[in-house]
Amino acid sequence: MAKFQITRRKFLTASSLGLSGIALSGCDAFDSGLGIGGGLRSFLENANGLTYRAQRLLAGRDALAPEFTEADIRQPQRPNGVTAPDDDTYKGLLANNFSDWRLEVTGLVEKPLSLTREQLQNMPSRTQITRHDCVEGWSCIAKWTGTPLSLVLDQAVVKPQARYVMFHCLDTIEQSLSGDIKYYGTIDLIDARHPQTILAYGLNGKPLPVENGAPLRVRVERQLGYKMPKYLYKIELVDSFANVGGGRGGYWEDNGYDWYGGI
Amino acid sequence: MDTAANNQSAAKADGNDTTLIYRQSRWTRLTHWIWAFSLFFMLLSGLQIFNARPQLYIGKQSGFEFHNTILEIGAENTANGPRGFTQIFGHRFDTTGVLGWSGPPGQETQRAFPSWATIPSYYDLGTARVVHFFFAWVLSATLLIWLIAGLINGHVRRDLAPRLSDLRKLPRDIVDHAKLKFHHTREYNTLQKMAYGGVLFVLLPLMIITGLAMSPSMDSVLPWLNEILGGRQTARTIHFTIMLLLVGFFIIHILMILAAGPINELRSIITGWYRTDPPAEHDQPTERSV
Repeated sequence: MAKFQITRRKFLTASSLGLSGIALSGCDAFDSGLGIGGGLRSFLENANGLTYRAQRLLAGRDALAPEFTEADIRQPQRPNGVTAPDDDTYKGLLANNFSDWRLEVTGLVEKPLSLTREQLQNMPSRTQITRHDCVEGWSCIAKWTGTPLSLVLDQAVVKPQARYVMFHCLDTIEQSLSGDIKYYGTIDLIDARHPQTILAYGLNGKPLPVENGAPLRVRVERQLGYKMPKYLYKIELVDSFANVGGGRGGYWEDNGYDWYGGI
Repeated sequence: MDTAANNQSAAKADGNDTTLIYRQSRWTRLTHWIWAFSLFFMLLSGLQIFNARPQLYIGKQSGFEFHNTILEIGAENTANGPRGFTQIFGHRFDTTGVLGWSGPPGQETQRAFPSWATIPSYYDLGTARVVHFFFAWVLSATLLIWLIAGLINGHVRRDLAPRLSDLRKLPRDIVDHAKLKFHHTREYNTLQKMAYGGVLFVLLPLMIITGLAMSPSMDSVLPWLNEILGGRQTARTIHFTIMLLLVGFFIIHILMILAAGPINELRSIITGWYRTDPPAEHDQPTERSV
């Protein structure tokens, strides 16, 4: 007992002295080890798993994100990320008003699909006025209209081993030495089948503008904006995201964001 | 623990010295340092997160086409080159070198809080979020354990709960603090109770609540939270304001320790043992009878 106290006393004294030393030497003291794959970073990231499980436990499958009224729509939806894709494929599709555009549904499905805009828009739709929360900290309320993703998944008949929906996008988010990186991301089937998860083609009563992701973007209302890819052209059902990009489940995840963007 | 018993054991341990008492239990000391450590990392990672959107708004959403911004930290080009500014409720201040525009001479960049105040020092929102949420768990869990333990072992009721007599002592206590005249007793004085109780029962719980209110997934579980708080952007503004209050508490806390005798105060929060004033010097002997 006494020995323990002395040990702890020494530890506390040393750690408080160490802490003040760190504070004096500036905060680049923590930079090493915090990069992706770093030991300290990996340890701290364990808390992300706890955060994810806590949110899943509390929110369950079907708790709905708050919906707002028309009076809350006070401004155009603020665009973020890529707002005017410079990709030739995209520009070609845009020039033709997306009449040649198709949404491919592939991967672990019984019936792969290739849907036109008209086919998607002829399916039952959902309209919701929701708040878009960006990871940066801002929020913007807008009205979104689209096809529930669950209907598309039902039509394609998801195989039992599928666990995630991967979104393939037309916009180049980064130009790297190994080529252009087009935006990509994944959500699990719980969020994919959530009643408010829609493939949106309408914004504030009008067709989805280019800066907000025309012709199609996903809305995942219980997560942050980086989980809602724009400029979709392919949905792929996968059993893991080990082979998706850098293996962390999305473009921003590969750059250090948490896979579950619920907070 | 029982004060009288502690005083007796102290007296036994140190001969006839009854002024050295065991004041802080091991739980108080341990949780104090866990909070200090966690809050340090939460502050610096939080400032990094703020840098991603260095504006604060009132309401449900951020005004891009309408005005609800109450604070903005930014940089602008002037005739004298780039300058950093901080605008609060429409009043603009030049804060070049610290807020808005800072860095080593010749390498200044646009950033709200300077690199010495953020973790990581360079711009990295993702990493700051990892650090922030890790310590959010540590802080919240420690606070919860402390609260349960404190209610059971009587620490909260005995040491922190304000009494009617505290109210009576308040004017005198304020005068004494202003004169830097400190009484070293086992009990906390009125201002201490208000400061510690305010941090532990008001500021930290509000910090956790406003943090949760910003989460879109928690918003689906507790939609009334943002309605009470006035919207997600107001919750974010409150979160930031509490940070300022906690920093203010920290500064006063350190100043008071320095003024009251840093060695004795530090010893009590590290080892638990605290040197009280000799009984003869007590202005209010009744203070010790509980």
